[in-house]
Amino acid sequence: MPDPRTPTPSPDASSAAASGEACAAASAPSADSIPKTPSENTAAEAEILCRAQAGDHQAFADLYSLHKKRIYSLCLRMVGNAAEAEDLTQEAFLLLHRKIATFRGDSAFSTWLHRLAINVVLMRLRKKGLSLISLDEAMDPVQEERPGRSFGSPDPKLTGSIDRLALGRAIANLPAGYRLIFVLHDIEGYEHNEIATMLDCSIGNSKSQLHKARLKLRDALRTSTRQEAWR
Amino acid sequence: MTEALKTMSCQEFQDQLPELIGSGQNLAEHPHHQSCELCRALLADLETIAQAARQLFPVEEPPDGLWTQIESAIEDENKTSNSC
Repeated sequence: MPDPRTPTPSPDASSAAASGEACAAASAPSADSIPKTPSENTAAEAEILCRAQAGDHQAFADLYSLHKKRIYSLCLRMVGNAAEAEDLTQEAFLLLHRKIATFRGDSAFSTWLHRLAINVVLMRLRKKGLSLISLDEAMDPVQEERPGRSFGSPDPKLTGSIDRLALGRAIANLPAGYRLIFVLHDIEGYEHNEIATMLDCSIGNSKSQLHKARLKLRDALRTSTRQEAWR
Repeated sequence: MTEALKTMSCQEFQDQLPELIGSGQNLAEHPHHQSCELCRALLADLETIAQAARQLFPVEEPPDGLWTQIESAIEDENKTSNSC
C-alpha cells in the first residue's frame, strides 16, 4: 500500500503539456538542456516544473516524487550515513523550493538539481570542518601510500574477485574527503575540472585525492580478502 | 626518453600515476607498465575497483516520512516569510 504521506504525481500531469502554457524551462531549450533522464524527456515533467516554479505546491510534491530517490541516493553515497543523508535530502529540497523560480533551463533540470544537492552536501561538510583544499594532508597526514612496497608479497590479487559488500563498507569507511572525490568522479561521473571547481581545489589535487582513495580501497579490500582466507 | 621511462622505478611510476590516470592516457603503452608486472597488477586492481564501484550502488528510496518533514518545513518557511 502506498504511503499516504508520500506525494504521488498528479494524474493530470501527463496531459498538462497540452495546455500550451510556456515557461523558460519548457520553451527555451538550449544545447545544454538535452534531457539527462528518461523521465525528463517528457513534456509532462516540463509542465510540472513550470507549475512548481509558479508556486503550485502539488507540482512541487510531484517533483519530489520524481527526484527523491536520485537525490537521497546521491547524499547517501557522499556522506555514507543514512540519517545524515535524510537530513541533507530535506535540506536540498528546501533549498530547491526557495530557488526553483530561478531555474531558467540553461541545463537539464535533473542536472541542476543534482548540482544543487551536491552543493548542499559540500556546505554541510565545510561546516563540519572538512578542508577541501588540502584534503590529503588534512585527512591522512601519516600514511603516504606506496603500494609498490608490498608487491611480491603473497597478498591476494583483487582482480576479478571484488566482494561487493566489502567494497561498499570500504567506501563508507573512507575518510570524508577521499569518499567525496571518489563518489563524484568514479560513481557520479564528474570530470576532474568539474570537481576542482566544486571543491575549490586544483585539478591536480582532485586527481591525487582520487588516486589515494582508490589505493585506500585496494588496501581495505586486500585486508578483507586476507581475513576471509584466514577463516 | 623511452629508455628513461622504461628504467624508471616503481615508485617514480606510481608517483606519476594520479596525473597519468587522470589525463586519460593509455597506460598500457607506457614502457614501465609494459615491463613491470607489479605495476600492471596495481593498475588492474585500481581499474577493477573503479568499475565495481560504478555498479555497486542501487538507487535507494528515502524514508517514507521524509516528505512530511519537508512539507512541514516549507509551511514554516512560508509562515515566516508571510509574517515579515
